[in-house]
Amino acid sequence: VSWPGRAALAAAGRWLEERLGVWSAVVELARHPIPRGSASWFTVLGSATLTCFAVLLASGVCLALLYVPSARDAWHSLEQLTYDVPLGWLLRSVHYWASNFMVAVLTLHALQVFLFGAYKYPRELTWVVGVFLLLATLANAFSGQVLRFDQDAYWGIGIGVAITGRVPGIGRELVHLLLGGPIVGGRTLSRFFALHVFLVPGAIALLVALHLRLVLRLGVSEPPVAGCPVDPARERERYARRLRREGIPFFPYAFWRDLMASALVLLAILACAALLGPKGPGAAPDPTQVDTVPRPDFYFLPVFSLLALLPPWLETPIVLVGPVLGVLALLAVPFVAGRGERHPARRPVAVLAVVAGFTALGVLAGVGASAPWSPHMQAWSRDPTPAADLRGRTPLELQGALLVQAKQCRNCHALGGVGGLRGPALDGVATRLTRDQLVRQVLQGGGNMPAYGKQLRPAEVTALVAFLRTLGATGEGARPPDAAEASPHAARD
Amino acid sequence: MSARPGPGGETREATRRRFLLALGTGLAGLGALLLAAPLLGPLISSAWRASGRRKWVSVAPVDAFPRGQTRLASYRNPFTVPWDGETGEIACWVRRRDDGSFQVFSVHCTHLGCPVRWFAGSGLFLCPCHGGVFYADGRRAAGPPPRGLYRYEHRVRDGALQVRGGHVPSLAEPL
Repeated sequence: VSWPGRAALAAAGRWLEERLGVWSAVVELARHPIPRGSASWFTVLGSATLTCFAVLLASGVCLALLYVPSARDAWHSLEQLTYDVPLGWLLRSVHYWASNFMVAVLTLHALQVFLFGAYKYPRELTWVVGVFLLLATLANAFSGQVLRFDQDAYWGIGIGVAITGRVPGIGRELVHLLLGGPIVGGRTLSRFFALHVFLVPGAIALLVALHLRLVLRLGVSEPPVAGCPVDPARERERYARRLRREGIPFFPYAFWRDLMASALVLLAILACAALLGPKGPGAAPDPTQVDTVPRPDFYFLPVFSLLALLPPWLETPIVLVGPVLGVLALLAVPFVAGRGERHPARRPVAVLAVVAGFTALGVLAGVGASAPWSPHMQAWSRDPTPAADLRGRTPLELQGALLVQAKQCRNCHALGGVGGLRGPALDGVATRLTRDQLVRQVLQGGGNMPAYGKQLRPAEVTALVAFLRTLGATGEGARPPDAAEASPHAARD
Repeated sequence: MSARPGPGGETREATRRRFLLALGTGLAGLGALLLAAPLLGPLISSAWRASGRRKWVSVAPVDAFPRGQTRLASYRNPFTVPWDGETGEIACWVRRRDDGSFQVFSVHCTHLGCPVRWFAGSGLFLCPCHGGVFYADGRRAAGPPPRGLYRYEHRVRDGALQVRGGHVPSLAEPL
């Protein structure tokens, strides 16, 4: 096939190649041999993660051209970008979904490498670099949330301040180092902006280069086979023999799968971005607007839950030391288990660790999404009292029903399945507590309930307890018999 | 490498080369150290500059706070920069007792810094994040917070309530 100018173009290409030598390097890279078995769908997750990173870089550069990293203007610039600039919402959406995908696909990649024992000799460093890539990715996921600079972002930094302030000795200095000033404000946002767009992406790019260099140098690990343990003394030689016998060039034999996976991830990001849209920005970052319920992005929900559920005396050590230990444990994996069996069927401890770890993360994230420990701030004025609990009640009891709402009991206690979940539901409370126990619980609190002694007049306590005494087991009109008053087995909460 | 000792000890040239290499390394290292000061100084100076600075600042006229009530108020952070925008406005809960005296609390929950909300009916501050609860006088009532609400130093000057503010409170540096 010949077309005008083709010869000139080819000549220009040769001229450039003679000086740059790029093409030959690319060809050498693309043709590097890998074991036949390594060309599988399992090994495409790394490329897919890299694709997410590329999308984030491209969309991030475009966002940086439109975003104003100042506490005064950031939120307004995002609002304008979302609602006024043509396709601005889609740009934000693509960046947001690419970051979600990157966290998810990177996690899958790490999981696959772990379960296949691919981190074992000689690929220990590849794993170590991968752990730092995971940390850098999570760091940018968090700093990205901050750049959204809405209420969640503002109070999210506040949580960072509270945790940093628990560091013994230098907590105060660390807090101000984090904030860049005395308060969460303009100087803080500049700091997180520079971290998010320069430092962390730069670190990721360098780490990716190192990661890929290690992959090329040490080869792609083969799928694990039970009964074929890794023996460091013979592994390199065995791999080289394998390559000679049944090596295939990466391009195109394995590459087409990577390309396909990357294309699918790209299309999935675009589909989610177009169909589900960007996140936020939520309400403006106004510190005087305290009617807000800060929540982290989903990948930080397990931490959010942990901070609610840990016993207070364990909290500071676990929050400060836990992440360090977790990272050290991840880094130690290839050094503790750098040899021996790779197949998951022969590594029950590794499989159990994965199952236990992900179950814990999943449960914590699930609980964090509903946050039963948080009071429902509007329940007292918004949630209706079930009609069955009001029918046939005396005026005194009805007065008590009003007090349950007016004294915000409902913010922590549900009635008829509606209301806060912080404390036990009030349905059937009369079957659990006697009148005296109810009075004491209300006045003195206890079991994580505040004391209401100063907030209730004696007549109000009488009315409140009279109503609570009508909340029997069967609900409707189930007034407990007087005998129950002295019931010794009534449970204390 | 070429500065290895020859058969008859180091040649003059090799010694000179080694010396110059060491000198160059030393000078470059010195330059890098000196460069670090202007590079890092402005970045880390906030660690000590922002610590412990406080200033009296007016919140509102005393009459804005009815006796026996707790109200949300705000003041402009005294160490704010223009590009702080609305984040320079700091909220606080002002409780005026029946005898006319004041208590001023930070809105930050002492657990993890989320903004607590006042519920007059129950006389409690509730935190929306992890369910911390505080009594009207700021004492911890329930939930995970390790202590009561942070309390501002305050005074009344020229009919206005003033607080001593300047930084976001944390366990390491309460108000």
